[in-house]
Amino acid sequence: MIEDSLLFNVLIYLSAAVLAVPLAKRLGMGSILGYLIAGVVIGPWGFGIISNVEDILHLAEFGVVLLLFIIGLELNPTMLWNMRKPIFGLGGSQVLITMLVLFGLALLAGFDWRTALISGMAISLSSTAIALQIMTERNFLSTDTGNKGFAILLFQDVAVIPMLAIMPLLSGRETFDDSGDVMIAALEVIGVIALIIIVGRSLLRPLLRIIAKTQAREIFTAFSLMLVIGISLLMQSVNMSMALGAFLAGVLLADSEYRHQLETDVEPFKGLLLGLFFIAVGMSINFGLFLEQPWEVLGIVAVLVIVKLLIFYTLARISGITMSHRPLFSFILSQGGEFAFVIFAVANSYNAMNTSVSELLVVSVAFSMLITPLLILLYDHVLLPRYTLSKADIEEEDTEIDHNTVIIAGFGRFGQIIARVLHANQIPTTIIDHNPDQIEQVRNFGFKVFYGDVRRKDLLETAGAHKARLLILAVDDREAGFKTIEICRNHFPELTILARSWDLIHHYQLKDKGVDIIERETFHSAVRLAEHSLRELGWDAHHAHRNTLKFTKYDEANLERLYEVHKDRDKLISLTQEAKEEIERIFAEDEHTIVRQNKQDKAWG
Amino acid sequence: MRNYKILVLLAHPNLHTSTINKAMISAIESLDFVLIHNLYENYPDFYINVEEEKRLLKEADLVVFQSPFYWYSVTPLLKLWEDEVLEQGFAYGDGGNELEGKDFLLALSTGGKQEAYRREGYNYYTMTELLTPFAATASLCGMNYLEPFVIHGSYTQNGEQVQNHARQYQQSLQTYVEKGCWVLNEDRRDD
Ligand SMILES: Cc1cc2nc3c(=O)[nH]c(=O)nc-3n(C[C@H](O)[C@H](O)[C@H](O)COP(=O)(O)O)c2cc1C
Repeated sequence: MIEDSLLFNVLIYLSAAVLAVPLAKRLGMGSILGYLIAGVVIGPWGFGIISNVEDILHLAEFGVVLLLFIIGLELNPTMLWNMRKPIFGLGGSQVLITMLVLFGLALLAGFDWRTALISGMAISLSSTAIALQIMTERNFLSTDTGNKGFAILLFQDVAVIPMLAIMPLLSGRETFDDSGDVMIAALEVIGVIALIIIVGRSLLRPLLRIIAKTQAREIFTAFSLMLVIGISLLMQSVNMSMALGAFLAGVLLADSEYRHQLETDVEPFKGLLLGLFFIAVGMSINFGLFLEQPWEVLGIVAVLVIVKLLIFYTLARISGITMSHRPLFSFILSQGGEFAFVIFAVANSYNAMNTSVSELLVVSVAFSMLITPLLILLYDHVLLPRYTLSKADIEEEDTEIDHNTVIIAGFGRFGQIIARVLHANQIPTTIIDHNPDQIEQVRNFGFKVFYGDVRRKDLLETAGAHKARLLILAVDDREAGFKTIEICRNHFPELTILARSWDLIHHYQLKDKGVDIIERETFHSAVRLAEHSLRELGWDAHHAHRNTLKFTKYDEANLERLYEVHKDRDKLISLTQEAKEEIERIFAEDEHTIVRQNKQDKAWG
Repeated sequence: MRNYKILVLLAHPNLHTSTINKAMISAIESLDFVLIHNLYENYPDFYINVEEEKRLLKEADLVVFQSPFYWYSVTPLLKLWEDEVLEQGFAYGDGGNELEGKDFLLALSTGGKQEAYRREGYNYYTMTELLTPFAATASLCGMNYLEPFVIHGSYTQNGEQVQNHARQYQQSLQTYVEKGCWVLNEDRRDD
């Protein structure tokens, strides 16, 4: 039957997304809410078009994995190391406190201690998918607040491991003799992580290089996905979070030249799968149960969200997050997360908790996810206008943006010199090149160069073209250069473009296309050699230097003048001839003046 | 490195057109206690190697600024040299005593005649007045400011006169090294 076919399902998801997201955005609700509602509509409790929700949820979880991979790419090991304090301090206290509070409340509500403990653990975790998606959409991750939120999510991703690990101990059967198994499991985990780190450090870059050299873009994409899927499955095989594995892989590649290209390639898949994930969550909301026990569900959702809000708000305050960010920070993290689904499922499989409670909790968690976008709406429309963003706030934000102000496109002999000068002056740069051999070579000399094609708008965007001040065009291919200029002029009009020209025609072409600053490639080194020649002929060094400088100035002015007529070949030739004569005349006159001043001047008494 | 007692910082931007400064240099360049450091030749782009300059200074007992007199002062590279080399902590200020006790001399050539640098003369101000910034500089650095060696009226000198001046320059430096004192011919004094 047609309804069961894969393509039909894909069609449904895509149309739901295409319809719901723009509509939701139009209504000012943000894309997540759009996806969730779309999910509700097409799911078993809506029109019931799609029924195999479990499978979809499973597939779509991969969106979260890709999201964390991309986040990992933005974070090199040193940056991660620098975050250890918020990760363990903030993250640790959040999970612990939330867990204990919920545990206590659950006990008060009359749950047995196991059920209470598991509920506390599961619900203390937030939804990485929702929180990170909101933060990325709002460009929040590069701010201090976003950073702290991210640190907490990261801790949660790790915390879920011991939570799942103790599940057997909480099982109804009182068998505590599998400590050996736990040991083996721990060893396995360590082994897998070590494997990922070793392979990631040593093998991945050469492999990527080989693949990049084939110049087949889709193979590069295929490899990126293969990499992430492989690592995820490996992690899963030792019962670890797939997302955590992908994150680790991302971090390991954050230093590599392929970072931007990987990001660009994986991005669309992440977007689609994450959308699918939200749709699946929407579909999985069990409205049947809700209709049966509406008050219980609403009660649990209220407690869940309120407790989390209070704890996050307090933490935000203590950790010094700016006033205006505190509610947003708490709202973003206030929901139960996808890990809760996993924990409840595992707990049930061990008979560790009361099933009717876990069913209620699953619905409540799903509802809490639905509430987050609503809270954000509340923030945007009601709360935000109340905080008048102070100038200090804006400045603080600005300095936290971690994008480099200079992009160097092309890292051949020319780009390298520019980068060296800028680096010597402590100007951070983002360097992009498309030749893997070249990249490998200069990396040995300590340059951080990224692999990528600067003719692509999305790559330029990932490299930060929308925030950078300068783009230095040093690619060795005229057409590629023109294309890049065109993209920048259309999409990043603020960017100042600097380029080198090969000859007069190219020079004027660059000027026509709107390059702001152009230097002739060989001009200055030729002039320098002329200066050396004058010195070798016995000229005083300063005399030679000043005269070649003078020549440079005249010639540059001339270049500007000739631009007016450069389309008219005859005029160009005659004006060039004139200019040459003029320069010679002026030089002779100047020399005469110097001699006169130094010889015949009687003006000093 | 040769052992020198006198460091001459020569600063002529157009030595190829020079008469006086060229002759002065010719007269002293063979003296083994003199090191001539041609600033415009060594730093044509005005990028001064400060560490090298400080090293050269430490060796010298007498530091000479030799320059044509342009716009009532020395040429600009020498001014830049002062700004960059006479660092705080080296030449003055806290711990800046490297130049203390050394002698300092201006060796200048001017277009104006000696009598032009008098109240009743063409330039009104005396050389002593015009050169006070250098006296002050030497004093701040703890150096003894010697009476400047000035060749006036550059344009009116014939070849023999120029040679004469140059020889006197050489003799004064020689006496300085041999006798340890700075003597100028009476007719050179600014009055
Ligand atoms: C730019 C310039 C400025 C000058 N300013 C003065 C001045 O202020 N007073 C003066 O007596 N002579 C002045 N002169 C004349 C020079 O002092 C004179 O040309 C120089 O001492 C000659 O030495 P030389 O043969 O080594 O070049 C000036 C000359 C030039 C070229």
